[in-house]
Amino acid sequence: MCGTCGCHADGGTGGGHSHPVNGETITLEQRVLAKNEDVASRNRDWLAGQGIVAVNLMSSPGAGKTTLLERTIGDLAGRRAVSVIEGDQETTLDADRIKRAGCAVVQVNTGAGCHLDAEMMHTALGSLSPAPGSLILVENVGNLVCPAMFDLGERSKVVIISVTEGTDKPLKYPYMFAAADLVIINKIDLLPYVDFDVDRCAEYARSVNPKVRVLTVSATTGEGMDDWYDWVAEQY
Amino acid sequence: MHELSITQSVVDAVCERAAGRPVRVVTVRVGMLTAVVADAMRFCFDLVTAGTVAEGARLEIDQPAGAGHCRACDTEFTLADLILLCPCGSADVDITSGQELQIISMKVG
Ligand SMILES: Nc1nc2c(ncn2[C@@H]2O[C@H](COP(=O)(O)OP(=O)(O)OP(=O)(O)O)[C@@H](O)[C@H]2O)c(=O)[nH]1
Ligand SMILES: [Mg+2]
Ligand SMILES: [Zn+2]
Ligand SMILES: [Zn+2]
Ligand SMILES: [Zn+2]
Repeated sequence: MCGTCGCHADGGTGGGHSHPVNGETITLEQRVLAKNEDVASRNRDWLAGQGIVAVNLMSSPGAGKTTLLERTIGDLAGRRAVSVIEGDQETTLDADRIKRAGCAVVQVNTGAGCHLDAEMMHTALGSLSPAPGSLILVENVGNLVCPAMFDLGERSKVVIISVTEGTDKPLKYPYMFAAADLVIINKIDLLPYVDFDVDRCAEYARSVNPKVRVLTVSATTGEGMDDWYDWVAEQY
Repeated sequence: MHELSITQSVVDAVCERAAGRPVRVVTVRVGMLTAVVADAMRFCFDLVTAGTVAEGARLEIDQPAGAGHCRACDTEFTLADLILLCPCGSADVDITSGQELQIISMKVG
């Protein structure tokens, strides 16, 4: 029986009000995502030991991640070994596109999960067996909120935003832009047809992440892609 | 909803530490500058604890407000969001509070 008011709830919120709870208090003082961070740091150590650079690509659905990967694979062919980890809630459609582009790919279906995590990355690395010194491009699940919270052990985080999404995206999804090492503004071939201000968007991104780099590209026409390849080379 | 995986991580850690004892209260710290919504976490907590030793436990969420330190004028100020701008106009700001995502303690027995 509850000692304060005499109701029959014995702790918790029974009886429609909260009760003092007797019992032993255990102090944990630990990070909520400690487990993910431990696995991520093991992934990071392993990748560093192999001289492999892994880049985590994040965006809202349809910003052009897979298209950018397809072109990158084609353009880097003969220059650098590339493999891809495809995160998708359902289907192997994107993985099939990458395969057709001539690249080793591992598909990770997250099901109801809205992001990749370090354990999935670990499993994917195991089945991919990437070559030392190679580049791994990770396409995260299309979602601008939580993928940034889950460290995979990657070298860098890249956010892709397309010009059809609106200039204010960095202010609406500040957590993602705050976590990014690079922002790629994609679909610049469409700039004449949409109301999108590249400079303002870059300014908004820097308001939550003052040091972030910003590149503009068109993954379909190839414009600006050399700046992206230069950035990748700088990660080594 | 990422609060589901976040809450699952909390409950996993708590149940592991409880080692079979019933868990009555779980206290977490979730800063106001994280992308975690406290109400969504409460909702998930009841779902995720069902059938575990933490079933029926109370979730207490401490939510520290955002704060920043400006390197230009060396003052501490409130950060309502992630826009890193000191009232003095400088953007050379470190976040000093609001990004916590920790399990603080639990009560068992
Ligand atoms: N005009 C134009 N269209 C593009 C560009 N990049 C991608 N697209 C188109 O945008 C659509 C979505 O591209 P995807 O590469 O599938 O996008 P995604 O980010 O991988 O999408 P999800 O995996 O579903 O999140 C496709 O119709 C692409 O052809 C671009 O630079 N310019
Ligand atoms: Mg895709
Ligand atoms: Zn009572
Ligand atoms: Zn998620
Ligand atoms: Zn200042």
